[in-house]
Amino acid sequence: MAEPMTAGTAPIGAVVIGAGPAGLAAAAELVRAGTHVTLVDGSPRFGGQYWRHGAADDSPSAPSPRWHHGWSTYRELRDTLLGAEHAGHLTHLPSTHVWALDHGHAGGFDVHVAPTSEAVGPQDLCTIAAERVVLCPGAYDRQLPVPGWTLPGVMSAGSVQAFIKTQRRSPGQRVLLAGTGPFLMAAAATVLQTGARVAAICESTDLTGWLPGGASAALVPSKITEGAQYTSLLARHRVPFLRRHAVTEIRGEDRVRAVEVSRVDAAGAVVAGSARVLDDIDVVGLGWGFVPQTELLMQTGAETRLDGDGSLVGVVDGSQESSIPGLFLAGEITGVTGAAGAVAEGRVAGRAAAQSGTGRRRDAAARARHRTFAGAMHHAHPVPRRWEDWMRDETVVCRCEEVTYEEVTTARDDLALADPRSVKGSTRAGMGMCQGRICGFAMACLSSQSAARSDGDHAAARQVSNRPFAMPLSLGALAAEHTDGEQPGSASSR
Amino acid sequence: MSRTGSDVLVIGAGAVGAAIAYFCSEAGLTVQVVDRGEPGSGTSSRCEGNILVSDKEHGPELDLAAYSLGVWQEDLEEHGAAWEFEQKGGIIVASQEQSMRSLRRALEAQRRHAISVTEVDSAELADLEPHLRDDAVGAALYPDDAQVMPMLVVSHLLAMARSRGAEVLSGREVTGMLHSGGRISGVRTPAGDLHADAVVNAAGPWAAEIARFAGVHLPIAPRRGYVMVTEPLPPRVFHKVYAAEYIDDVGSSASSLQCSPVVEGTPAGSILIGSSRERVGFSEAVNRDALRRIAANATSLFPFLRDVKVIRHYHGFRPYSPDHVPVLGPDPRADGLWHAGGHEGAGIGLSVGTGKLMAQALSGAPTDLDLAPFAPERFGEPTGGAQTIDEGDDL
Repeated sequence: MAEPMTAGTAPIGAVVIGAGPAGLAAAAELVRAGTHVTLVDGSPRFGGQYWRHGAADDSPSAPSPRWHHGWSTYRELRDTLLGAEHAGHLTHLPSTHVWALDHGHAGGFDVHVAPTSEAVGPQDLCTIAAERVVLCPGAYDRQLPVPGWTLPGVMSAGSVQAFIKTQRRSPGQRVLLAGTGPFLMAAAATVLQTGARVAAICESTDLTGWLPGGASAALVPSKITEGAQYTSLLARHRVPFLRRHAVTEIRGEDRVRAVEVSRVDAAGAVVAGSARVLDDIDVVGLGWGFVPQTELLMQTGAETRLDGDGSLVGVVDGSQESSIPGLFLAGEITGVTGAAGAVAEGRVAGRAAAQSGTGRRRDAAARARHRTFAGAMHHAHPVPRRWEDWMRDETVVCRCEEVTYEEVTTARDDLALADPRSVKGSTRAGMGMCQGRICGFAMACLSSQSAARSDGDHAAARQVSNRPFAMPLSLGALAAEHTDGEQPGSASSR
Repeated sequence: MSRTGSDVLVIGAGAVGAAIAYFCSEAGLTVQVVDRGEPGSGTSSRCEGNILVSDKEHGPELDLAAYSLGVWQEDLEEHGAAWEFEQKGGIIVASQEQSMRSLRRALEAQRRHAISVTEVDSAELADLEPHLRDDAVGAALYPDDAQVMPMLVVSHLLAMARSRGAEVLSGREVTGMLHSGGRISGVRTPAGDLHADAVVNAAGPWAAEIARFAGVHLPIAPRRGYVMVTEPLPPRVFHKVYAAEYIDDVGSSASSLQCSPVVEGTPAGSILIGSSRERVGFSEAVNRDALRRIAANATSLFPFLRDVKVIRHYHGFRPYSPDHVPVLGPDPRADGLWHAGGHEGAGIGLSVGTGKLMAQALSGAPTDLDLAPFAPERFGEPTGGAQTIDEGDDL
């Protein structure tokens, strides 16, 4: 660990939250510009979800893990940061969660951190004072409830991929992926590379939504290459790609055994008589796009907006600065664009946070291309408006508190509740351990009758994203929280 | 202008406003409820849903608490399950001999007001709450203390009012008063004027703003409090349990941060942990010190909580009244304007008693309790320094 820096001789540091593509890129730009960085991340290793990997993959002689894209970018960023850490310009706090972010006194920020269960060393809560913060918390899979989705063997598409990236084996032998978006293909490819089989990919759209924005894909050639690789891999393995199909029921007693898939129309309504059952499925991976992790952003009170895919995201200016001076945002938290776009945003944010002049033109241009591509992707892969048709009364919407679809709709209709907050307060949906991370999107759809109001959907999205503790904390640790600005262990403070 | 309004227009769709709407519609009055947000989106959904007699000092507030408890138990008995009414009882714990002596004095006074309370020794206490710290010297048990789920109370009372013809207008902010013939005759909202014979200010901690529209002074101010919520657990806290110091904090008027432990289980398995009091206006800035102290207090009362995870915190603004007594009834300074507010941290418990009394008064019937001690004009007009307390709070 680095020695404490002497005040007055070194630039006052920045804290980068998240060590995925955006956070690594931001941290690399900051240290290059001579700013001391404290990089906080929940994982034991750099990489985030996208470059999630095992310890062996980081050894200098290790080959590129075959399921990773942009691994050379990762290696370059990693090597820059390891060098900076060695030179005392970077403090890496791995296995550390940020559980709260306050826009504190004197314009600075208080970053409240806690060790994860994987952390070594003291288990105390600490607060890091930072003049500037680059927030890159990433995103997780957006889920929609469907009958049977609580059975063991049902995962998010992202969890299927994360499982493989760390365990180097598939969670199932015959996997079905369903939902919408190109990520389903990426997840399927990862499964195939382990030798396991993919029973089918159910894509709820017919992909014609790409036509108007199709040209935007040409702006990002890597996406075309990647897409072509997936297509040929899926063809080689004869994986059925079922357009305009959705999973309408997942079956099994103790775990997933079979899946009912149905043809759906453009709005997501089931075509009568089209249901058929696919047998011998042991894992289902569901993904309806991604949900940016906005709880820390919400805690700061920074401005938000609703993005094209219905996600709540932070508002940023051209240098990735939020409505709060000194708070920079990069990656999915400004709009789901994928890893390459996140790297571009991270670079812009890092340079701006280092106050080292304007960003590079090529970073801004890359950011623009990826945003255009993302806009086309969001347009082509909407969540079907009528997904609610697939619900049954007894289908669980909130898994933590076991609140059913019937309970939610009864509260909404009989008690005339018009927003998610009211429905939550009356049914407990979203009040459990995950604090609405899983059911939040569905709850916003199901309980927002105030959409007629101009800011109805945005307000609903904010309500389901409000998590004053970004993670559960033990009361004992909270009672003993250090308040003197010391960092864990021997880590340097600014 | 032709008047086509309602008999009663209630400003504020919290628990108090909802109860007034229900009892007025039950009494045959035509009712409109207007709120700038969704029903219950203010203080009512930011509390613990307490129905307490244990923490009341003798006087008008205790009378109202006892009356309201009767309304919960009798008038509204059939709806108890709908809002998860649970009479789990309250326990006030004394950790030292000295606080036990103060507690004994308090419960003697409460007994004289027919409040049901039993003193329990440390052995009995261990039976009632086996996970409580084992060095408590004694406690008082209040079997009548109860809890409800406040959002369900608000939603169901409004649904009941609606089925009796009341109209609930959410998302409409009151921006001024209408005057006609020297009296208040309705309210102004951006979506149009609403006319009524009586306008009831049930705006909770925002009641002073509403009063100001009518040109009257009502020194109700926000007093912020935090609640923390744990992960769901098998039942380990069986009553509402709090420390004897809590009563002093409730009765205090200090504006600085005060924290005293309040711990209770819920039917969903989560444990609710409070409490804090601070007068910081409507500040949304998180007071980390308050959260730490609440956590420390709770783990000192129930040591097992040290290893329990807290998953959420929220805060609400209690409508603080300078003498801790609510304001109920017509305002003689502004004909046509009524107030029902200033219930501080007891608004859920006092809501239905308040609603029933207000409906009696608004229909010109005799009230079950004399409203004189609750008179809105009792604070007088602001004079110099006294008034600036209110202004200072908003900083």
